[in-house]
Order: sequence, then C-alpha cells, then structure tokens
Amino acid sequence: MVSLRERAAAVAGTVRDPEMPMLTLADLGVLRDTEVDGEVVVVSITPTYSGCPAMATMRDDLVHRLTDAGFPRVEVRVVLSPAWSSDWITEHGRAELRAAGLSAPGPAKKGPVGLTLSPTRRALTCPRCGSARTEVISEFGATACKALYRCVDCFEPFDHVKEI
Amino acid sequence: MNHDSVYDGLLGGDSSQWAFGTDFEDPLAGVDTTVPAGVDGGELAAYCLMLGDDTLVLSQRLAEWCSRAPELEEDIALANMALDLLGQARLLLARAAAADPAVVPVLPAGSPVPAEDALAFFREAGQFRNVRLAEVVNGDFAHVVVRLLLFSIARLAVLQRLSGSGDAVLAAVAAKGVKELTYHRDWAGRWFLTLAQGTEESRKRLVSALEQLWPLRDELVTAHPVELSLAAAGVGVDPAGVRDETDAVLDQVLAVAEVDRPQRAPLAGIGGRTGRDGMHTEALSRMLAEMQVVARAHPSGRW
Ligand SMILES: [Zn+2]
Repeated sequence: MVSLRERAAAVAGTVRDPEMPMLTLADLGVLRDTEVDGEVVVVSITPTYSGCPAMATMRDDLVHRLTDAGFPRVEVRVVLSPAWSSDWITEHGRAELRAAGLSAPGPAKKGPVGLTLSPTRRALTCPRCGSARTEVISEFGATACKALYRCVDCFEPFDHVKEI
Repeated sequence: MNHDSVYDGLLGGDSSQWAFGTDFEDPLAGVDTTVPAGVDGGELAAYCLMLGDDTLVLSQRLAEWCSRAPELEEDIALANMALDLLGQARLLLARAAAADPAVVPVLPAGSPVPAEDALAFFREAGQFRNVRLAEVVNGDFAHVVVRLLLFSIARLAVLQRLSGSGDAVLAAVAAKGVKELTYHRDWAGRWFLTLAQGTEESRKRLVSALEQLWPLRDELVTAHPVELSLAAAGVGVDPAGVRDETDAVLDQVLAVAEVDRPQRAPLAGIGGRTGRDGMHTEALSRMLAEMQVVARAHPSGRW
C-alpha cells in the first residue's frame, strides 16, 4: 500500500524545472522534501541562485500538479540552508542534461575561495561530438546557472551547467 | 483560435499554466525568522538594510547596462550578476521587514505590495543605507569592471564570515552569496587584467576608472555602529576586520595588472555621515526616481 506521503512525493517528483525542462525538480536537487501534515502537503524547495526567477514558477507548478492529483491543500516552503549545490544534481539528471546537449557540472569547489584570474579550467567534453577540446566563451550564459562554451572541433556552442 | 491576440493562443483557456499573478510569493515562506535572543530587532533590520541596499542599488546600476555592453556575452554576464544581487537584496529586505516590521513604509490599506517591495520602492534616498560606491552614475565598461571588483572583493570577505552568523537567515543568505560573489569577483578581476594589458586606450580608461572610484572604496571597509553592535552579538560582521584581506586580494590583482594603487584620500562624509547613515550623493535620488516611479504611481497595483 502506497502511503499518502509517497504518493504526494511521487507527484511532486514529476514537476520539471521551467528553465531546464529535461530535469525534474528532484533531478535538479531543488526538491528537498515532501511531507503530508493532515490534509496539507508540505513541499520544501531550495533556490539554485538567490535571484532565480524560476522559483515562482516552480512553486506554482508544484501547487497545480498536486492539486490536480487530488491534494486540496499544498504549501511550498523555502529552505535556504544548506545552500543548493550543483553536486545535488542526480546521476539521472546528468544523463538527461547530456542527452539534451548540455554539459553537466563537475564537482563543486569546497573550502576557502581564492581569486582566479585565469579562465576557469574544466575537463569538459563536447555534448555533440565528444571532443575534449573546448573553450569557454563566457562564465555567464543564458541563465545564472550556466556558462557558455564552444567546441574547438565541431565549432558548436553549448551550455555548461556551472559548479556552485 | 482567435488570431487577434498572440496571447490567446498561448493561454489555451487554462490560466493555471501562468506562474505569475496567481499568488504572492514570499521569498522567506516557511523560514524561521525569529530574531535571535539578545539581538535588537531594530538593529538587525538596519543591518539587513545596509547589506540589502548595497546589492539592490548596485543591481539597478548593473541592470542599466542591459543592451549597452560592448559584447552580447558581457551584456548577459552583467545581467546575471545584477540578478544575483537583486536576489540577495530581496532576501535581505524581506529579512529586515521580518526583524522589525516598523521599517516598512506604510501603503494604502489592501495594497498587495509585499514588504520587500515596499522597502525598495517607497523609501526616500535618505532612508537607503547603501555605500555610495553602489550608487554613483555608470561610466564606461572599465568603470563597471572596477566598481564590481572593489565591491565584490569586500563583499565576498564579509559574506564568508557572515555565513557563520548567529542569525540563521543571514547565515543562509551569506553562504549562498559566497558562491555567487566568487563568480562576480573572478569576472571583474579577469576583465581588470584584460583591460590593463589590452590597448593603450583600454589601460588608460581602466586607470582612470580606478582613480575615480578609489575614494569610495573606504566606505566598504569602515564600520558603522550598527555593524559593530551586531558583530559583537555574533550576528553581523565588522567590515573593518576584512580590510587587510581585501587589501591583499586587490594588491594581487594590481600586481599582475601592473597598475599602481591610487593615492587618493577617501571621500569624506557630510558631518561625518556617509551612505550607511543615509547621506548619499545626488546620483541616488535620480536613480531612485526612475526605479520607483511606476510603483509609486500605483501603490495598490498588482503586477
Ligand atoms: Zn563538438
């Protein structure tokens, strides 16, 4: 017998990120917890970036999806700590990113942050042709969470999800 | 389908696909905003306004660059950094309002404007607590590079310490901000080098921007009594305590760029009062006039 909480968590787990719709909020690591308190479903999410404009959409999508699935009352809570890390993107999520032509993040840096005056070095492979020869165009891409790269061999530009 | 309006086709009769206008989104929904024991709510609010106004005002200045940067990539970079800072401002202003609701301007009864928006759009220049570096009018590309470098070096050092704050909300906002400011500082540092080592013209402009903004730097590492009081309570950070660290990082950039540290004295306050006391340059009121005009015309507006 599937519990109410498991059913609610399964529904919440299907909601996708509005900016990277190949990922569910669960794959992105933004969906932290789903609880059922009486007749209220309480969903906890953590923003990827402080100014992430997709937060409002995520909240609304969660409320609508759960309401449509028969949960009359849904509360979405923000969890600020610990801060979201790209390390929380699941293996399944990373595979989905690559399948969609994006480059998945490497491990996030930990500990004290030093100034880096030369371009960030990342061992990336082109999501299109698999070449390891890539160059960064900009550390700030189409959204706050992406950097823009170019493949030196096939010349195609691609998005890389940044390590934070 | 009605082809008179492009939006009709998008809507498809189901307004639930629209995220906005359905409900107000509280950026601190579900977050415990209890003021820590032994801390004065009014002081905590004032402190949050100082940090939040810095990022709000600087964010607005960066947003003014939108569509004006020399390259599309840098346009997007500036917009992304503006968005990070705006996000931090939103959380900090919301935290200020939760710590002391008395700081929030009073709007007409029934106004749907949330507290952090009321703080952003319905305060006068004299009620803003940002450092003056954040508010001065934009110049050329070298100017924004130098402004961001000076700001992000100091702010990153403060946020690293603030992530251990006794106030859980401030600690969380700071820990998040560290990750973001690291990217901002690297961006500014790399462009500083690029311009310094570029052409004669780019170097000239860089040095000129540094000379121009240098007197405003001191305010970033000078403590206000509220900062000292909260630092003593384990909730805030004394910015004077990060002076050596910010000097060291800046010297690292200046050395590689082979640019001399300017000798200009700090910009004096008026009667000892500076941005942290609400004493600003003329630039802030002009900037706010544009930023606030629509919100003020519709204090009960729904967006
Ligand atoms: Zn390729």
